[in-house]
Amino acid sequence: MEVKPPVPRIPAPVWSEFKDLQEWEKYHQERADNDKTSEALTSIADAIQHFPGGWIVTTSTEKIFNWARKSSIWPVTFGLACCAIEMMATFASRFDVERFGMVPWASPRHSDLMIVSGTVTIKMAPMLKRIYDQMPDPKWVVSMGSCANSGGPFRHGYHVVKGVDRVVPVDVYVPGCPPTPDSLMYGLLKLQEQVAHFSKTGARPAPVEST
Amino acid sequence: MSTPTPASAAAQIQERFGLAATVAGAELGVTLPRERWQEFARFAKDTLGCRYFNWLTAVDYKEQGLEVLARLDNVEQPLALTMRTRLAAGETQCPTLTGVFRGADWMERECYDMFGVRFEGHPDLRRILLGQDWEGHPLRKDYAVDTPQAPYR
Repeated sequence: MEVKPPVPRIPAPVWSEFKDLQEWEKYHQERADNDKTSEALTSIADAIQHFPGGWIVTTSTEKIFNWARKSSIWPVTFGLACCAIEMMATFASRFDVERFGMVPWASPRHSDLMIVSGTVTIKMAPMLKRIYDQMPDPKWVVSMGSCANSGGPFRHGYHVVKGVDRVVPVDVYVPGCPPTPDSLMYGLLKLQEQVAHFSKTGARPAPVEST
Repeated sequence: MSTPTPASAAAQIQERFGLAATVAGAELGVTLPRERWQEFARFAKDTLGCRYFNWLTAVDYKEQGLEVLARLDNVEQPLALTMRTRLAAGETQCPTLTGVFRGADWMERECYDMFGVRFEGHPDLRRILLGQDWEGHPLRKDYAVDTPQAPYR
């Protein structure tokens, strides 16, 4: 029996469908191209870096910045499936991630971290990408659970994204189905270690398009 | 109207449609030609009292075509009716049951979404679960379900 080629495709996020905050989105998207302030700051930082002895200044300031970043990671609450229950348990008083400075926040605009907890369907992927785009740089993503890591038990289904790393870049993968709060906390501590060694700008390498 | 038992219902179906129904306990199974699909549903609702439209789905038998199934229940008597019809290979047209059961609307939309069965006379035959731009019908056996996805970020 011949298998027909239509392959389930992840649709691109359609920004025109959302009428709220459209001016803001437009500004946010256009700013990346002609952001003179960031360019100026980058060139100043480069100048200091290349000045003899300048590395003492840049590395020590970077350490302070990274300490500040890692001590107040605010995760946006992006619960998709049953993993969200474990995520809520992690945020709640028994496991209490607030002692790491993490405040679960209900807005992507104020957040540094997105915990993708659960199955990402092809229908949901554009929304996930949109929320990721709304987060200010520098930003991190924790993929929580088998479904977000690879598709999990639904990998061979027709409507599930085979791993959230096909949609957004992921920093820490937490295995489990679902991961216990301990596992997630271990993942978050690993993320804090990563953030502590985070380099200057937070710019990521451009994605490689493969077909 | 006398209360129908499975045996009497099978007898009535034999008398009215000339079809032998299989009886297993309270469950009846009838295989119908496609032309009598609506007529039989009306008969089951009015005469046999099967007023509860339980579900509707389809099975893909590959080269032998699709089979559409619907289950009707009589909630007052222990009587349940499974009606089947076989569509020829490559054929996707089937009469709609929305004129008989209002609840068949979304079931038929789902069946169209998953199997691509086009229900003739359906008031609003759109996809219901998948996006409107989805290509193909995923529960067909020839659907390329496990193809690798290209990352798009």
